[in-house]
Amino acid sequence: MCGIVGLFLKTERFQPRLGELTASMLHEMRDRGPDSAGFAVYDQGRAGTTRITVLAEGQRPDWSRTGADLENVLEAEVSVRPIRDHAVLETAGDGSRARQWLIDNSPELDVLSYGTQIEIYKAVGDPDLVAINYDLRSRSGTHALAHTRMATESAVTTNGSHPFATGADTCLVHNGSLSNYNWLRTRLERQGEMFQTENDSEVAAGYLAWRLREGDSLKQALERALLALDGFFTFAIGIEDGFAILRDPIACKPAIVAETDDWVAMSSEYRAITHLPDSGHATVWEPAPGVIYTWTRAA
Amino acid sequence: MSTPHPVTTVDLAETPLRDLNRTLHQARQGSFRVLNPRGAHAVACGIDADIAVEVHGSVGYYCAGMHQKGSVYVDGNASTGLAENIMSGTVRISGSATMSAGATGHGGLVVIEGNAGARCGISLKGADIVVGGNVGHMSAFMAQAGNLVVLGDAGADLGDSVYEANLYVRGEVVSLGADATEKDMRAEHVRTVAGLLDAAGMEADPVDFKRYGSARNLYNFHIDDIDAEVARRAG
Repeated sequence: MCGIVGLFLKTERFQPRLGELTASMLHEMRDRGPDSAGFAVYDQGRAGTTRITVLAEGQRPDWSRTGADLENVLEAEVSVRPIRDHAVLETAGDGSRARQWLIDNSPELDVLSYGTQIEIYKAVGDPDLVAINYDLRSRSGTHALAHTRMATESAVTTNGSHPFATGADTCLVHNGSLSNYNWLRTRLERQGEMFQTENDSEVAAGYLAWRLREGDSLKQALERALLALDGFFTFAIGIEDGFAILRDPIACKPAIVAETDDWVAMSSEYRAITHLPDSGHATVWEPAPGVIYTWTRAA
Repeated sequence: MSTPHPVTTVDLAETPLRDLNRTLHQARQGSFRVLNPRGAHAVACGIDADIAVEVHGSVGYYCAGMHQKGSVYVDGNASTGLAENIMSGTVRISGSATMSAGATGHGGLVVIEGNAGARCGISLKGADIVVGGNVGHMSAFMAQAGNLVVLGDAGADLGDSVYEANLYVRGEVVSLGADATEKDMRAEHVRTVAGLLDAAGMEADPVDFKRYGSARNLYNFHIDDIDAEVARRAG
């Protein structure tokens, strides 16, 4: 199983409530994935500032040391905002470089995300507790993805939890399982992608990151993904200013979408949508198999 | 003259789902109104009495599953497995259903006024399904008996590996599945469709429908395959 939710706010109206609304959706998907949970929140960020979310599972490392090391590498100031065993590192330096350096030099850390707008949090255990511990409800922002996991392809660990992000501001949550991910991971590593887990979904995130880096639009990247990825999937995908949904052509894994003038929401099950404002008047549909749905925020 | 039964209202915002279903299982007659289902699973599942249930709002998985005798009406949409394994009676929804509506139904009538998603009527075993809109891909997969009537279009691979169910589609069929074929629409089939449209309360000309069913190549033994079979048994 696994439960996924995504909420993309089309207007500013509910931006202050993004976290609260996402937490209520996540709560409804608890039954589908009690092993672990995670969420990604996108907000406007600050121009020229990259945020890197890192995890030191179950530890309280000396983050100031990590920050200082990174400052030397990036030759830019790095500020550190610890949140339990996560920390958000903020810098004007190169986020991609920071990610690579941390992966190469800090094996005790997992780099969960980097980008100007994204932060990712994940942990083993009750999804509601994960939302509470990392203060999802108080977050404002433009869009969010969340996942509750029933582990199938890899162990119940925090770093096997979704969302997965390997590229700037690009993340993915997945319900399903891929079958050609080992082969694909090897190919992507040759293209310079760096992976941190044995998880199939991380490979899908890496695939999209690679295609976007190569200049594909989100839609183009997903068209290729439909050909390249073998297996079962319902994906919800976030990028800096956009949101997408894609199901494999057999479409065994559930998905439902609802849209109003103010928001578009997707979830594994309809009940996650019922708590959203004005959901009774939303247009509700089941995304068709193999069809790419994308939304982009007008600049 | 019998007195009409009062309508019992159950609000799922206040009443646990198990209490609702227990009430419906214990009832022998009467009418029930269910409020605030909010996408809950297994609403009005396992009814086995001549009762009438109206659900106001959208439901989750397996609504009216294993249904017998009575009627369930949902004013809203339904998720996976609407009326799954229905034995008799009627299940009707005003909106659309997602995957596997009417799956494995043995008898009774399922009416979906909107669209049905993938695998509508999968492994159908004798129930009738009438869909006002379209059905998704792989509908009537391995359907053994019963009728699927679609006023709109059918998705890819309609009737893959179908046995003796009849599939009637008024609109376009994206593609037929393995061993499915278009068949003659004879007078008896027009009568069947007319009867089902009446039962479903839907307006359409039964003559406009095309019939699809099994080419009967997949589940019959071919004498041409005897050599392969002999070789297989010889190991």
